Amino acid sequence: MSEPETRVASPPPAASVKVLSGVWRGLGPIVYALVAGGVLLLLMGRDPIGFYATTIESGLLSQTGLEQSIIRMAPLLLMSAGLIVAFQAGLWNIGGDGQFLIAAAVVAGLGAPLVGVLPYSLALALLCVIGFVAGAAWTIVPSVLKAWYGVNEIITTLMVGFIGIRLANLLIKGPFLSDRSLVPQTDVIPFKYLLPYLPGTRIHLGIVVALAVLAAVHYMQTRTSYGLSLRMLGASPKAAAHAGLDVKRDIVTAFGLSGGLIGLAAAVEVLGVWGYVRADWNPAFGLTLFALVFLARLNVKLVIPLVGFFAVLSIGGHEAARRAGLPNDFLLLLIGLILFFMVFTEWARTKGWTAGMRLRAAGRTSQREAALDE
Amino acid sequence: MSSLLTSEFLAALLSGAVIAGAPLLFAALGETVSEQGGVLNIGLEGMMLFGAYGGFVVAHWTGSSWIGFLAAIVAGLLVALLMVVFCVRMGRDQIVVGIAILLAVEGLTSLLHAAQFGTSYPRLGAVPTVRVPWLADVPVVGPSLFGQPAIVYIGIALVVVVWWVLSRTNPGLHLRAAGWKPAALDNAGVDVLRVRTVAVLVTGALAGLGGGYMAIVVAGVFVPFMTGGMGFIAIVIAMLGRGRPLWVAVGAFLFGIALSSATSLQLAGVNVPTDVVQMLPFVTVILALIIFARQSYLPSALATPYVRGRR
Amino acid sequence: MGEAPAAVELRGISKSFPGVLANDEVSLVVRRGEVHCLLGENGAGKSTLMNVLAGVHRPDEGEIRVAGRRVTIGCPRDAIDLGIGMVHQHSSLIAVFTVLENLLLGRGEGLRLKTGEALAALEEFSALLGVAVDPWVQVGRLSLGEQQQLEIIRALWRGSRVLILDEPTSMLTPKGVEDLQRVLAQLTRQGLAVIFITHKLREAFDIGDRVSVLRRGRLAGTIDEATMRGGTFAELKQMVVELMFPGEAARLARVAEIRGFEGPARRSRRPAAGPPLLELSDVLIPGARGEVGIDEPLSLAVHAGEVVGVAGVDGNGQRPLAEGIAGQRRAAAGDIRLAGTTVRALSIGARQRLGLRYVTDDRLGEGVAPPLSVALNLVSKRIGAPPFWVHGRTKKAAIERHARALVEEYDIMTPTLDTPAGSLSGGTLQKIVVARELSFSPKVVVFNKPTHGLDVKTTAMVRDRIGRLVEGGEAGALVISTDLEELLELCDRVAVLSRGRLMGVVENVPGAEQEIGALMIGGGDE
Ligand SMILES: Nc1ncnc2c1ncn2[C@@H]1O[C@H](COP(=O)(O)OP(=O)(O)OP(=O)(O)O)[C@@H](O)[C@H]1O
Ligand SMILES: [Mg+2]
Repeated sequence: MSEPETRVASPPPAASVKVLSGVWRGLGPIVYALVAGGVLLLLMGRDPIGFYATTIESGLLSQTGLEQSIIRMAPLLLMSAGLIVAFQAGLWNIGGDGQFLIAAAVVAGLGAPLVGVLPYSLALALLCVIGFVAGAAWTIVPSVLKAWYGVNEIITTLMVGFIGIRLANLLIKGPFLSDRSLVPQTDVIPFKYLLPYLPGTRIHLGIVVALAVLAAVHYMQTRTSYGLSLRMLGASPKAAAHAGLDVKRDIVTAFGLSGGLIGLAAAVEVLGVWGYVRADWNPAFGLTLFALVFLARLNVKLVIPLVGFFAVLSIGGHEAARRAGLPNDFLLLLIGLILFFMVFTEWARTKGWTAGMRLRAAGRTSQREAALDE
Repeated sequence: MSSLLTSEFLAALLSGAVIAGAPLLFAALGETVSEQGGVLNIGLEGMMLFGAYGGFVVAHWTGSSWIGFLAAIVAGLLVALLMVVFCVRMGRDQIVVGIAILLAVEGLTSLLHAAQFGTSYPRLGAVPTVRVPWLADVPVVGPSLFGQPAIVYIGIALVVVVWWVLSRTNPGLHLRAAGWKPAALDNAGVDVLRVRTVAVLVTGALAGLGGGYMAIVVAGVFVPFMTGGMGFIAIVIAMLGRGRPLWVAVGAFLFGIALSSATSLQLAGVNVPTDVVQMLPFVTVILALIIFARQSYLPSALATPYVRGRR
Repeated sequence: MGEAPAAVELRGISKSFPGVLANDEVSLVVRRGEVHCLLGENGAGKSTLMNVLAGVHRPDEGEIRVAGRRVTIGCPRDAIDLGIGMVHQHSSLIAVFTVLENLLLGRGEGLRLKTGEALAALEEFSALLGVAVDPWVQVGRLSLGEQQQLEIIRALWRGSRVLILDEPTSMLTPKGVEDLQRVLAQLTRQGLAVIFITHKLREAFDIGDRVSVLRRGRLAGTIDEATMRGGTFAELKQMVVELMFPGEAARLARVAEIRGFEGPARRSRRPAAGPPLLELSDVLIPGARGEVGIDEPLSLAVHAGEVVGVAGVDGNGQRPLAEGIAGQRRAAAGDIRLAGTTVRALSIGARQRLGLRYVTDDRLGEGVAPPLSVALNLVSKRIGAPPFWVHGRTKKAAIERHARALVEEYDIMTPTLDTPAGSLSGGTLQKIVVARELSFSPKVVVFNKPTHGLDVKTTAMVRDRIGRLVEGGEAGALVISTDLEELLELCDRVAVLSRGRLMGVVENVPGAEQEIGALMIGGGDE
């Protein structure tokens, strides 16, 4: 070697190692968090093994538990899809809960009168569209302010989100109020008009819709010019504008699509599970999903197992917490811990990487010295 | 409707505004400090909630609201430490860590509360108020504005202190530099991470105090999730205040009016749904944003971790 | 001359970044009272080496001696305490702060701002450097030259004994460079050591006492004082080019020549230009806050087969002009026509589709989307258009084929097509941008500071491309540059911009530079 090559190329790791480390990157934080949570349970005098066993037992292994978990996944996946679309475009849609509740209230409020007059499937389809439109409409103010005036969407989606939560309540207590119930709520859509079950199960159609939508979002992200426009926008709004993309249109449509999918999530939840919405109901999926979607690095393929895990945890954990005499909120702690551990492992990985580079560079230097000695 | 402008109504409204606005003031001042330093604390609500919990528990044990406030500050600091470690030191995403903080604190306080008190909610005694001589005797505004617990006056003093530090001192200059262009500050020989660490800790202390205030002064009781979005409102106030403590104070007071007007209106015999009243401040801000369509000038390095020499 | 004692000494410094060994056992001695020039192509590791000295990077290996003593520089503070001051390649002033506030950064331990001391220091050093800076004005409003002076003042006030200037002249006018040279002479007489990084060989020989060349992270060689004094320009040039690009010297001889050793090479005038392709008539393009815009009606035309230059000191309306033509800003008045079609109201994308291209000067900020791959960045201005997209569906193979061809044609140094563009050096980014804008037969290309910060070789490549673009007589180019020699080399006509006003258009005939200079100064008088 007459002249040492100075550009150090890292040798590609073996495929199997890559897959394994990828899996561990996802699972590691979850395991750590479960252990930490277990320690906490021990400290509180509960049996962690029992707790987790119950969680898995009643969230995954029992027939009804599994079904419930899958049912829960439907709105979660749809909402994740909505968040992914926005985040990919670099838009912080933190008002998801507002969009969800507005859509839920509108779908439930219009549902009862509509299902009676329209044919079954038409009514359901129409209500899904209504949910989508309601959720999308609830992003218009933040998206227009962002697109035309550059107003920071973190503030606006938060505020419009708060307004949405209140407005949903007003709708339920006002125009959509049922006179057949003592507590303020909408009229109940009769059971026979709700989303159909998948054959042989008690799981409603929502999960299929959700998976189809996720697949479509994935396709859009990776294989279409629109998806690339959004990625460009997320990567660098200035570069997107410079490239001649219609940035305003992209902001408004991405926001609308995001809110729309969240609205669809609400429609599926109302039409699949409840049939009505009660005042002050707020499942508050928004923040948790925000975190999960990040954990999955906006990758649809990772979102599905993570959301599945979360669904099992929330269905089974509910039962486990009940038996252990603990509040349900233990789950929030677990999710928080998972996020912390994820963030930590990510950091540790970057550290390890640079250390590795240094080693390699040092190795190269001594190699050269050896060459010079000859 | 005729009673709407009576002095009782006004007094109740103002007093309620101060009571409800004070925690917002503490938290939003804190958020202002860290935002100016380039750290976005989405987990502010978590700091408040932990402050509320810590403040309440200690005040409950000791029977002293002052020790309670101190405990609230410590609790806020503890949570802020997470932010320091993960975001400032490790340079991780501030929004993700903020959400993690919020979720973990919500779960943890709920769990701890259940473990300690089961389903009972013990109450604290009322916090004594301090009447400012002369001023408290002014009709209407007097008792409501100048007959408050001492901690409220501390909050008002803090507005001046934060303003002075930000605009007139070395640490303030360094803080703003850390928010606008941390590399420039670093090249000038000032440790950016240290500046940001201090800023985040100050935020934690103030937010914790705000939360403690909610539990000790306003509610007299700790209920899980009791901060109910106040932290997010504080973030909004801080962003709209654009680093000017006086505007932050005005914002906190206005939101305080909105939050307390439901009760005052009820006192005045007007029945407006709480949902409408609680919506009003947000609607107002959104309308203001639409009408003035102003960009919010946030520090350019906000929410960007600083790593020396990275590009 | 007896050797002056060493001010700083670097021994065997190595520094690596993920995938790159930026410095490889570099040893360098800088003596008191000398201006030591550091040369090297883009990505050679010049800034990295200096950042090691300034405490920004910690070296992986090697030692540093300051005034003979071995030291560890762990952070910028350590460097400042050791008397090492650096004016970075990218400004470390805060634009929204005042001059005074920028001076005060890092200057006090206690609470109190040392305003009085800062004012006194500003006065003292302004006098020393022969400049005048208003302490209360926001730095963003100063010209780039003034900002540079402020950074030097700041470094001096911090008590620097070693002053590192990383490409300080890239934004300066010839006059500014002369001023700087005078200041440096003054400083070195007082015993300061100056390290001066530049891409312009001419400057290195004018200003430097010694010249060192870095090549791919290694020290390729140093030209000592005696040789510097004894050698002719041509010999020195030969030596440096041989050090920077071993074996390529012959091929690059012409290039080095045009860098100003034997006077600028002038573009040979074409007999007659074709029909007008780009016509600006009476356009007004407002500046952003605190920025000079095109404030007086401006009319200018670019014909087919013609290169028109726009000369002027940076910040005199160049960016509004370029962005106004490209469509990134709206013209407030007047008309812009592209091959006869009015485009004033058209969007950026629509103008592109009519054949207008814009090579921005903000490569990293808007020229590329840093996290996206090289391949995608090479087609990012054709999103949605065939053959890369058909009915909105991505044709990955077509994109890769096209990207691979461009990478070869323009010699874009990237590990793979999937490498994120943000990790590449400035020179490589510029090649990507130029390659993208020049493909798919453009009609008019607006170049904004096309060779700013580029090394000799890349500069030559870009200039060559501009020449080839108009050769066929099908296309025209508008070249906005602060480098007068560049304009004289490339352009048929040169327009002079000053304070947002078109001062005049000069035919590029012998003697044009005097006329251009006069127009630029004329604008300054107002
Ligand atoms: N912070 C960093 N992180 C990763 N890589 C870096 C970093 N800084 C520099 N590099 C890489 O190190 C090499 C040397 O870069 P450096 O900036 O020192 O070059 P330079 O000689 O100053 O070039 P230029 O003339 O373009 O300024 C390049 O390949 C660059 O991509
Ligand atoms: Mg450099």
